[in-house]
Amino acid sequence: MTSMKRRIFLKGSLATGAVGMAVSTGLLTPRVSLAAWTKAAFEATDVNGGVSALYGSSNMDKSDKIKIKAPDIAENGAVVPVSVTTSIDGVSSISLFADKNATPLTADFQLGPGAEGYVSTRIKMGKTANVIAVVKAGDKLYSASKEVKVTIGGCGG
Amino acid sequence: MASIKMRAKTTDGVTTVKVLISHPMDTGLQKDKKTGKKIPAHFIQEVVCKHKDTTVMTANWGAAISKNPYLSFKFSGAAAGDMLSISWVDNKGEKDSTEAAIK
Repeated sequence: MTSMKRRIFLKGSLATGAVGMAVSTGLLTPRVSLAAWTKAAFEATDVNGGVSALYGSSNMDKSDKIKIKAPDIAENGAVVPVSVTTSIDGVSSISLFADKNATPLTADFQLGPGAEGYVSTRIKMGKTANVIAVVKAGDKLYSASKEVKVTIGGCGG
Repeated sequence: MASIKMRAKTTDGVTTVKVLISHPMDTGLQKDKKTGKKIPAHFIQEVVCKHKDTTVMTANWGAAISKNPYLSFKFSGAAAGDMLSISWVDNKGEKDSTEAAIK
């Protein structure tokens, strides 16, 4: 009787072990294939940490050639429309940060050679914060920011 | 699956692309009101848009992009009638793609 139980127990643990393996490998493969998705940058808890994890440096020049279009007051932090337009030449990447979010980096757009300096999307904001756009052109980083007041937060709840 | 709606229009050599994707974009911080358990993170990580095998835009997203994401961008060098393809991959490995002709 005891040997039977042991046998069943062994069988059961073997089966769950195999499933566990399958799940973990299944989950890992897609992450590995995303070469450009920098985990460290998206998990950074402050803006400078996110910028340096993403670009390797956090030396940014404030630029008035970057225009951020976002509402002054966002009633619902879950949907904040943000557009970034820049007239800087040779833009290769535009990234968006909301500095009071738990992880400020919200999005990073890698632009191809023919792309214009424009992106628009909708982001979530936990509370009133500055939306910061960081533009990479050549080897330099430029930034601009705009404050958005949030009345109802969009993270958690 | 048809989770992507894409519109692209060329005026004066500049193509404006507008994309709507239906996706929950869960942050992993929100709690299920009935069970009190956290809803696991489930969000799109990468969106790639291609025009004739050239990648015009790659977006890397975190969980702070709104539910049912909207995305718009512009690029030059395409003509009306060209095909644009777009695809996304999320943190669970789910993916989808679609194609649309530029108007």
